[in-house]
Amino acid sequence: MGGMALPQVAPVETPEIEEAPADDRPWVTIVWDDPVNLMSYVTWVFQKLFGYSKEKAEALMLDVHTKGKAVVSIGARERMEMDANQLHGYGLWATVDRA
Amino acid sequence: MFRRNGSQCVATFQVDEVRVLRKVAGEVVGLLTDGMDHGDPVVSRLFPDIYPDRPDDSAEFRLYTEGELKTGKIDTAGAILAALPDEGEGEVRLDGEAAEAWLRAINDARLAMGTRLDIKADTDLSEELETAVVHDPGSSRVFQLSVYAYLGYLQESLLNALPEIE
Repeated sequence: MGGMALPQVAPVETPEIEEAPADDRPWVTIVWDDPVNLMSYVTWVFQKLFGYSKEKAEALMLDVHTKGKAVVSIGARERMEMDANQLHGYGLWATVDRA
Repeated sequence: MFRRNGSQCVATFQVDEVRVLRKVAGEVVGLLTDGMDHGDPVVSRLFPDIYPDRPDDSAEFRLYTEGELKTGKIDTAGAILAALPDEGEGEVRLDGEAAEAWLRAINDARLAMGTRLDIKADTDLSEELETAVVHDPGSSRVFQLSVYAYLGYLQESLLNALPEIE
């Protein structure tokens, strides 16, 4: 490194905007059981899309299969909408709801 | 059926299989391009409401997302058509990306057929097929059920041929 001085940038303080939401529960993406999708395919989609381990993906798939539905992701509403939309791309039946 | 060969998934298809795969992939493309009918149960299954109890929110979300979702489904069905031999029997070799497109497209075709055939959780496919054959072996239902079952085996074989996800 030469003797060039690196510009010092002071971190910009972003004022916290206090907004008290009426309902601050997070949102969830739910996958519903359906009679067509193969169990192995659903497991693969969970691994592929969420980066879940095979064990976790299989456990989730079995939840969907035996209980009729399972929460597959949890977080901000926009994020859940994105997840559900991607799941629709894979042909899984996904909806978004409050946790 | 697919098997693993190096980094690829490989299958050799007979003439009839090529014909059937072209037909089902073409039907999915047709369903998605000929002015989609949202009253059609197949369309509702391929494009589910994201908020089942809030039709306005679902419709708004659909407005922004459906076009891209539809294009994606047409593209994956196109991946099947692109990989198949032009005529006659032949070998299909899929890299990771193409294999994923095939999995998704086969799944869309199975969802469409499964909805039309009224497949339920407790449907025994071989029993259903037997009943249909007894009723009329040359019926369209026998053909549809056979193709539906075939696509299930094909999809399963492709899933087994995929390299493990890290």
